[in-house]
Amino acid sequence: MTFKAAVLVFPGSNCDRDCKTAVETTVNGKVDMVWHEDTTLPSGLDLIVIPGGFSYGDYLRCGAMASLSPIMQAVKAEAERGMSVLGICNGFQILCEAGMLPGALLRNSALKYVCKPIELKIENRKTRFTNAYGNAQSVWMTQGNGDGNFFADEATLKDIEDNNQVVFRYAENPNGSMNDIAGLINKKGNVLGMMPHPDRAFEDALGSADGGPLFRSLVGALQSA
Amino acid sequence: MAQKALEYGLKADEYQVILNRLGREPNDVELGVYSVMWSEHCSYKSSRLHLRKFPVTGPRVICGPGENAGVIDIDDGQACIFKMESHNHPSFIEPYQGAATGVGGIMRDVFTMGARPIALLNALRFGEPDHPKTRRLVEGVVSGIGGYGNCVGVPTVAGETNFHAGYNGNILVNAMCVGLADADKIFYSAAPEPGLPVVYFGSKTGRDGIHGATMASVEFSEDSEEKRPTVQVGDPFAEKLLIEATLELMASGAVAAIQDMGAAGLTSSSVEMAGKGGLGITLNLDKVPQRETNMTAYEMMLSESQERMLAILKPGREEDGYRIFKKWGLDAAVIGETNTSGNIVLLHKGEVVCDLPLAPLSDDAPLYDRPWVEPHAEAPISHADVPAHDLNAALLKVISCPDEASKRWLWEQYDRHVMADTLSDSSTGHDAGMVRVHGTKKALAVTSDCTPRYVQANPYEGGKQAVAEAWRNLTAVGAEPIAITDNLNFGSPEKPETMGQIVRAIDGMAEACRELDFPVVSGNVSLYNETNGISIPPTPTVGAVGLLKDYDQRVGFNKVQPGQVIILIGETIGEMGSTLYLREVCGIEAGAPPRVDLACEKNNGTLVRRLIKTGVAKGVHDLSDGGLLSAAVDVVLSSKVGLSLKNPTDLADHIFAFGEDQARYLIAVDEASAHLVVAQAAEADVPAAVIGVASGTDLTYAGLSLSITQLREAHEHWLPNYMAGKA
Repeated sequence: MTFKAAVLVFPGSNCDRDCKTAVETTVNGKVDMVWHEDTTLPSGLDLIVIPGGFSYGDYLRCGAMASLSPIMQAVKAEAERGMSVLGICNGFQILCEAGMLPGALLRNSALKYVCKPIELKIENRKTRFTNAYGNAQSVWMTQGNGDGNFFADEATLKDIEDNNQVVFRYAENPNGSMNDIAGLINKKGNVLGMMPHPDRAFEDALGSADGGPLFRSLVGALQSA
Repeated sequence: MAQKALEYGLKADEYQVILNRLGREPNDVELGVYSVMWSEHCSYKSSRLHLRKFPVTGPRVICGPGENAGVIDIDDGQACIFKMESHNHPSFIEPYQGAATGVGGIMRDVFTMGARPIALLNALRFGEPDHPKTRRLVEGVVSGIGGYGNCVGVPTVAGETNFHAGYNGNILVNAMCVGLADADKIFYSAAPEPGLPVVYFGSKTGRDGIHGATMASVEFSEDSEEKRPTVQVGDPFAEKLLIEATLELMASGAVAAIQDMGAAGLTSSSVEMAGKGGLGITLNLDKVPQRETNMTAYEMMLSESQERMLAILKPGREEDGYRIFKKWGLDAAVIGETNTSGNIVLLHKGEVVCDLPLAPLSDDAPLYDRPWVEPHAEAPISHADVPAHDLNAALLKVISCPDEASKRWLWEQYDRHVMADTLSDSSTGHDAGMVRVHGTKKALAVTSDCTPRYVQANPYEGGKQAVAEAWRNLTAVGAEPIAITDNLNFGSPEKPETMGQIVRAIDGMAEACRELDFPVVSGNVSLYNETNGISIPPTPTVGAVGLLKDYDQRVGFNKVQPGQVIILIGETIGEMGSTLYLREVCGIEAGAPPRVDLACEKNNGTLVRRLIKTGVAKGVHDLSDGGLLSAAVDVVLSSKVGLSLKNPTDLADHIFAFGEDQARYLIAVDEASAHLVVAQAAEADVPAAVIGVASGTDLTYAGLSLSITQLREAHEHWLPNYMAGKA
């Protein structure tokens, strides 16, 4: 059975090809690129990826316009039916803006773009995105963004922690994110948003292959389902 | 009009040539066209004569200088397209936008030829840290470069940054872009035939950047702040759309010729396309998408609004164009047509506002053999005049000085990994950035190099050194060096001493390019880099590209293991003139710079590449600024391993440690193969000596002993502290 993924393409997406390559390389998946003006998604999908980049330029709040795009309405509907959705970097911002994940991503605390390899602690290895990480306590991925500073109000933050929604935490906080949150999942467990890039960490030549298990987890979850 | 010609930057005799040719006075628009086309920036009038000395051909050269960028063959039907260009004056006046649009401009030069940009580099020279403007300029330039490149989504993988009082009034921002294309799908600017539609697409035209090319061709003075309106404003999102639309339009087969609107905007693009094709062109300026109301023909022709393209489409292909432009949300309009007139004719509001024969714009373009004198060359410095200092303190001083200190604060603001093909970048411990050729085992290695203090001390040797160091950096990662782009930054060519620097630096570069089989395929000349009569240090920056056929054979200095033996390749006689040790530790800025023996350079580099290819060399680092110990510190910090080094020569310990002799490398090999490497080197007539071993967590040498922690602290702290106002 071939793993089938869709990668959304906004005019300012710049990690769309990276996400495609990552899925192809790690799980030999088939990937459809889906244009932002489309209103439907291909059938038989196992995963929707919202890639990094600057969707519509992001001169307004990052991801704010993209969250209202035609294709995002289809993504929301699919997510409600239980489809796996992975938002990376700008994709994470879009998921928060769309209300599919709690909280918001603010300007980095140093008010600068930060690009560097980041050590992540795996906080929840029971999700469909992390079950293949085995006993690994921490993983490395690179990260590059200007607005990766996770924020939520006190009640929301408590809710996130109480429900084990934090999937990845920074070992060293690079941007001021509350509770060192680098990636979190919705309550239902099918929508993951994260600032670090598994789509840039899928081969040793790239400095890390630690993004691989994330995609393999999804295949494993399908097979055991 | 004669007075206006002067205001537009034309000299009196240049204006006379125009009058003679036209047999009448040009009108305002025509004068504007002439003035930008004949500006130093567009016409290379002071440098053209000397640029001819560069070798521009070679077995891998597909297209040399003269087009938007150079094109080289990287096997398997693929080509690499690259160029470096300066944006010095705009960046000094408005650092964020100046640097951002510099990045945007150089990317357009590359994708205009059909290549997808895959790597960016930058070479920055700022004034002395204590100068009141420096911190703000660093802040603005770096965020401008990042703000643009990060958004478009091209990784910034390498660069260099210097600080020197010589740049206080005139910083240098040189940006390089490297792109990838199919060798049989390269696009050129010459209009192929008459009767074809001329299509404008991209952002609308506004009043920004009017006469930018002219500004780039005059000296600065106190009132240069007034020139802020001539700085363009960048929109990286528009650039991203433009890249995708342009590449899609090319793939559709609709493009007959194409040219971006860079310096001198619509003027230069239309003149070049029609002129190179030996045709004429008529444009109706009423059709130009405009951002502001009541723009005059003059303003439209001279605007340097960013993110705009001009394409000549094949017959009947306009609809393909409109479909693609609509998809990407870009403004577009057919604004004219090619014809056989040989003239550029501009219509505006029903009137002919310009009618100029095209040929004279290039044929009559001024070409100056500027008077020059042999530039000052520093005398050699004797070892006796180079005092020994405490080695611990001296090394800490060298690795923490502004030129040598870690530039982490800068490059952490650049996305270095987007496109998921980055193998090495500024952070990884390699002498060159490397990106994979997507979907293949090949990789491109890229570097940018110039040591301005050497060029200042001896333009000829310094010019040679810039080329040699670029060649060495590519060699040190295991790449085959292929070709360079040059970015020649100098002061006013109207001063014989400065002109001498230009001439002699070019002589040196040309010789190195010839000897190293390293042709020049593109370039940019930036003159008049001076403020209130003070010229910058001569800075001919070299951007270079090399090829790795199998990236698994790459090497860096980041994986040196305990127990490995350290071998020094190349001869050390103790070149101390114009070294960092002399300047930073002794406070002396003098002395002949290191000599560059190109035969040795080639011979030593060839051996190093062989040792990498055969897997013998486990770690390689070239020796440059700060000499042996500075390179050793890089190894220690990247590999997180100590090195115990010794001085096997009769030279004084501080001379061996800090001499900046050229054509040298440190290599790390397994203990078992060390004697073999030395024997192989002897056979190849390459000096090689075992000088130490990797072990522990300290760097030790002739009484010097510093821990990784001490070295890291010294190397890393300067720039962040400085930017925070603490240094």
